[in-house]
Amino acid sequence: MTPAVDVERETYLNAGHDLKSWLLTKDHKRIGLLYLFTITLFFFLGGAMATMIRLELMTPQGGLVSSETYNKLFTMHGVAMIFFFLIPSIPAVLGNFFLPMMIGARDLAFPRLNLISWYLLVIGGLFAIFAMLAGGVDTGWTFYTPYSTTYSNSWVIATALGIFVAGFSSILTGLNFIVTVHRMRAPGMTWFRLPLFVWAHYATALIQVLGTPVLAVTIVLLLCERLLHIGIFDPKLGGDPVLFQHMFWFYSHPAVYIMVLPAMGVISELVSTFSRKPIFGYKIVAFSSVAIAVLGFLVWGHHLFVSTQSVYAGMVFSFLSYCVAIPSAIKVFNWTATLYKGSISYATPMLYAFGFVGLFTIGGLTGLFVACLGIDVHVTDTYFVVAHFHYIMVGGAIMAYLGGLHYWWPKMTGRMYPEMWARLSAGIIFLGFNLTFFPQFILGYLGMPRRYHVYPPEFQVLNVMSTAGASVLAVGYLMPMIYFIWSLRYGKVAPDNPWGATGLEWKTASPPPLHNFDETPVVTHAAYDYSTVTGEGIDFG
Amino acid sequence: MGKFPLFPEQASTFAPEVDHLLFFLLAVAAFFTLLIFAAIFFFAVRYRRRSHGELPEVQHGAMTLEILWTAIPFGLTMVMFTWGASIYFREARPPDDALQIYVVGKQWMWKIQHMEGKREINELHIPLGRPVKLTMTSEDVIHNFFVPAFRTKQDAVPGKYSTTWFQPTKAGKYHLFCAAYCGTRHSAMTGWVYVMEPRDYANWMRGGESTGSLADDGAKLFQELACVNCHKADNHGRCPSLVGLFGSTVKLSTGGTVKADEAYIRESILQPNAKIVAGYPPAMPTFQGLVTEEGVLQLVEYIKSLGPSPAALGGAR
Repeated sequence: MTPAVDVERETYLNAGHDLKSWLLTKDHKRIGLLYLFTITLFFFLGGAMATMIRLELMTPQGGLVSSETYNKLFTMHGVAMIFFFLIPSIPAVLGNFFLPMMIGARDLAFPRLNLISWYLLVIGGLFAIFAMLAGGVDTGWTFYTPYSTTYSNSWVIATALGIFVAGFSSILTGLNFIVTVHRMRAPGMTWFRLPLFVWAHYATALIQVLGTPVLAVTIVLLLCERLLHIGIFDPKLGGDPVLFQHMFWFYSHPAVYIMVLPAMGVISELVSTFSRKPIFGYKIVAFSSVAIAVLGFLVWGHHLFVSTQSVYAGMVFSFLSYCVAIPSAIKVFNWTATLYKGSISYATPMLYAFGFVGLFTIGGLTGLFVACLGIDVHVTDTYFVVAHFHYIMVGGAIMAYLGGLHYWWPKMTGRMYPEMWARLSAGIIFLGFNLTFFPQFILGYLGMPRRYHVYPPEFQVLNVMSTAGASVLAVGYLMPMIYFIWSLRYGKVAPDNPWGATGLEWKTASPPPLHNFDETPVVTHAAYDYSTVTGEGIDFG
Repeated sequence: MGKFPLFPEQASTFAPEVDHLLFFLLAVAAFFTLLIFAAIFFFAVRYRRRSHGELPEVQHGAMTLEILWTAIPFGLTMVMFTWGASIYFREARPPDDALQIYVVGKQWMWKIQHMEGKREINELHIPLGRPVKLTMTSEDVIHNFFVPAFRTKQDAVPGKYSTTWFQPTKAGKYHLFCAAYCGTRHSAMTGWVYVMEPRDYANWMRGGESTGSLADDGAKLFQELACVNCHKADNHGRCPSLVGLFGSTVKLSTGGTVKADEAYIRESILQPNAKIVAGYPPAMPTFQGLVTEEGVLQLVEYIKSLGPSPAALGGAR
């Protein structure tokens, strides 16, 4: 443990105090914190819109806001949450901070590029915020044509440009990760000694680099049609509206894996650390990340089962969608098997990991329903789909993000968060989440279409339940915000390795020195070898 | 509030089929959810950390288990795939004797035309027990014709024709929703499907103002738009005769051929130069903007009424 005398020990946090030392930093750890700050802002912005949506849906008549405003609320909720919170969340905050440390590197391969990628996200975000303030956009986050190119009278161009610019942030982060994992591993850190967090981020980076440019191309074509009236998607100009859906989902389906693969990486770290065992079937879990990344590119057409796509294409995409479900199932089984005969701690990050596995299981299994042609025809474009993807993105990705944030908070800040409050908030989030989204499965099967401002009165009871759940969920999300800030000043000082974890990031001080390690670590063991760390860590029972 | 349903009504032949498949998936999902939740709960309690710093024995995984929990889920998903695909396949194939109805989506209403000439907005009246085939398109953006009680849903896409079909099994009044987001009043683009006893349906069809059939309306339009000036019945006009066109194979100036179906006729009216009939000059002006989608459908119906081609008739016999 760190000796108590290092009052003036130089850390990455006290290496400079002025604004310039933050805004021009090339330190991956500080850039990780810049991202944390930025995406938290978007999370609460998107959350505020979700609150308005849920309040509106408490009554079927739609009295709180106009239809026009309602449509803008769900559009901007989606845009803020997906492009400016979920896609950057785990990779750009936790990945940025810990991927280099986990492989024993001093920084990412291209520190300057890393800073540029943060600025790109900020610039993209400013475009989106400008669009919101100027009057909003009402196309849905999916921007389906020809509505978005010809018919919508809202700020489509500014929003699309914002997403376009933010996309480059994602591409550059992915590129940086790929090169870093190839070139910057410490001596002895072979591919099969990498923590599974790194494998997951490597697989994610492949999608970011290969998929995001397609989104950029799609946005450019959309702008060409909207601004210059070049016929690409609008049939009145000689275009094909369904072409847009193919191009959009070619990126946006893999984008789901940009959100969930890093989450799986976090869960592998948490499950291992808090059961003090290596992940069961390490190599299979590692390769399943790569399998998901590859197969994820081949399933986009399952969003088009009722869009006049050919029947045979529908069948191929349904089959491939079932194939991509298998590696996810394998991961769930392996995490569960890791618990067997483990030494299981109920520390907050582990509670989030339990929550993730449970909710991701439900999200994944309901994915089998929407991959099923006969059922998807009925449930697509209904609340069933809304519930399904929130189970994956909120129940999965956000649970993992919060679990990871609690897990690494002591390393990032040098302070412990208050354990009891944190466990309480994890419980509240789990309950609130299920109460919010489970009724939506039933609503969807009943036939309530998504993006409905006004709805038939027989759907009200389930909507009221959902809104009640959302208010519980909101409390659960506000609590960490408060106690994390509180802990910066009043939290207990964190030891170097509070959890008795094995990763290299725990073998340096908390918070880490400017260059991560005083000397380059040499790796001699596989990941998750707990025989090397016995006796360390705080007792959480 | 009052009503508080948890499961949708079943009112088409597809509805029970889709629901059976749903129950199978629910059973599988419930089994695995319980399995995972129970395993996590049991392990978390049974193997809770008892002493600080204890070191559990290491298991590095077992290939048999991995193969087992890959193969079993894969097998189950293939059952889901096959079952789901077979329903989807049948949903894509309307029976030949289905009642034909045309649907045009438009911000924010459903316009429906019956063969006999009857028109409705946001309401669809159909007879009980008879398969109904909808041919759909859109005037503007993408809409989606969704009847939860029938478990069917199909996009109405501008620029093309899509079809869906169902066979109602229960008389009653059912929700019709637009399920594809289509702009400001998307959630108001709703209506009702009335499934009627055949006798009531016949009465309904007779009632109201009597207009000509859809084909009659098409014939009027054919005059008004002056199509008749060129497309003469005896093949002596400047343009090909349309008698016997529908269902025939047309030779094109490019050397290829095309089957004269609804989509081909629609395209030839709106973009006449896209496919030129062999032996004729590209002389026809476009009617884009001069005729609505409903009008195009009437013209299609008129051309159909000019009789099937002799070849198609021969094929049928």
